[in-house]
Amino acid sequence: MDAYTIVWSDMMMLRRRFAKYLLTTLLSPLLYLMAFGWGLGRGMSVNGTGYLEFVVPGIIALTAMTTSFNGAGTRLNTDRLFFRSFDECLMAPISSLSLLAGKAIIGVYRGLVSSIAFLLVAMLIAPGIHIGPLFVLSLLLTCLIFSFLGVLAALLASTHEDMATFSSLILLPMTFLGGTFFSLSQLPLALKMALYLLPLTHCSMCLRAAALGGSFPWWSLMGMAAFLLAFSLASMAVLKRLSV
Amino acid sequence: MIGLAKEYCGKRVIDDLSLEVEEGEIFGFLGPNGAGKSTAIRILTTLTKPTAGRALINGFDVAKQPHMVKSQFGIVQQHLSLNRELTVRENLELHARLHHLSKWDRDRRIDELLDFVDLTGFAHQLIDKISGGMKRRAMIARALIHRPRILFLDEPTVGLDAQSRRRVWDLIRGMNTEGTTVFLTTHYIDEAEMLCHRVGIIHQGRSMAIGSADQLRRNLGEIAVESKKDGRTRYCYFPDKETASKFVLEMKAADGVVMRQSNLEDVFIELTGRRVEE
Repeated sequence: MDAYTIVWSDMMMLRRRFAKYLLTTLLSPLLYLMAFGWGLGRGMSVNGTGYLEFVVPGIIALTAMTTSFNGAGTRLNTDRLFFRSFDECLMAPISSLSLLAGKAIIGVYRGLVSSIAFLLVAMLIAPGIHIGPLFVLSLLLTCLIFSFLGVLAALLASTHEDMATFSSLILLPMTFLGGTFFSLSQLPLALKMALYLLPLTHCSMCLRAAALGGSFPWWSLMGMAAFLLAFSLASMAVLKRLSV
Repeated sequence: MIGLAKEYCGKRVIDDLSLEVEEGEIFGFLGPNGAGKSTAIRILTTLTKPTAGRALINGFDVAKQPHMVKSQFGIVQQHLSLNRELTVRENLELHARLHHLSKWDRDRRIDELLDFVDLTGFAHQLIDKISGGMKRRAMIARALIHRPRILFLDEPTVGLDAQSRRRVWDLIRGMNTEGTTVFLTTHYIDEAEMLCHRVGIIHQGRSMAIGSADQLRRNLGEIAVESKKDGRTRYCYFPDKETASKFVLEMKAADGVVMRQSNLEDVFIELTGRRVEE
């Protein structure tokens, strides 16, 4: 219930500028789709699948990652360090778990709104995309992972620059290396192993397999669950350190 | 507070602070910027842990029972801590929800407090669209929503114009009359004198004196005599006018001598060797 209160306040804010939010959040994935799907990948295929259809699940993973991270992390960072309204939450008689869950769910629903909006547009361009329970589960897990990562980064950051640095050092490389725009099967083994350390790699693989009907990488789903557990536990530990 | 201390990076910002605030009083912590007032408030409101000592609110230990303590107090912070993308009413509603007020109680209490702080007509305005004084009043309303037994106000009138300042003072007196204990910090002498039943003077993290403004003045001397020598002003304090007059008559150089009633600023300067604003 307390977690819902935290989310409620964000919903009130988002309601006022929903159209603007949707427009800005859709711009980047649509540009990726145009540049990589239509531009660079026209006429190309990966493992027998047209590149446009191949790249759409990757861009969905990317959209979920960015919007969830920013929805939870950037907002929390601003509330904590700029508006300093986060102190009000720390002083309220609610549990750390509710506070943490509320802040993360903000990222999840923002991530879902943006991903679903992009998916609807993408399905007009690539109608072969299949939306089933595994796809929904993978999308939800992707949003959860990056929401908690955002919360963790925001709680650790001591300046706004720290958040920007985190995005540049962690999210940006993941954007291009996390199996979003290419298949890992084409890479040398050592590099492939290194890329398995990135959560986005597993998110892209699960979403792609669920959307295109390939054999589902269950171990990647387990990997996603492990990342979620690690980020949420780390966030809780940092939050406990911040509050009395 | 019992022997409360707080260290940041090896530096003591609060040192052995002990005091008790009576239920129903307006207590003022008077001290310059950096004296440790806000740190004391942060400890009392569970935002930071003390390095040593204990602090209790209505019998609950702030470090050991933070959850119980959190429902006992309300706070108006020095900086604007409202959610700027929400309206005045939504900000109050958020706080009421966080304090688990029922829907019926929430709506009634919000209406009541909007009326109390004269913001009924601005209930649906975004925080960014209202004036500084209104924002401070909205913060007071928010802090009172869950009927706290003690209200902390950290520099409640800093940055406000004279009119808004007086309005905030009226609100503080009003909520105190209705039974809320008030603990405020200020570096304005007049605010402490006009509002507070008792004042604690804090300097470099230490409590220098505690008492009513009158008591503190009496301890120093009711009458102050200012005299100038070599461009410097010298202050002397006397228990009554007669003794002060005798002293003035005995002075060799009587130029620029002023005899007046002592005030809290005199007390502060005597105790700390500096002005509150410095």
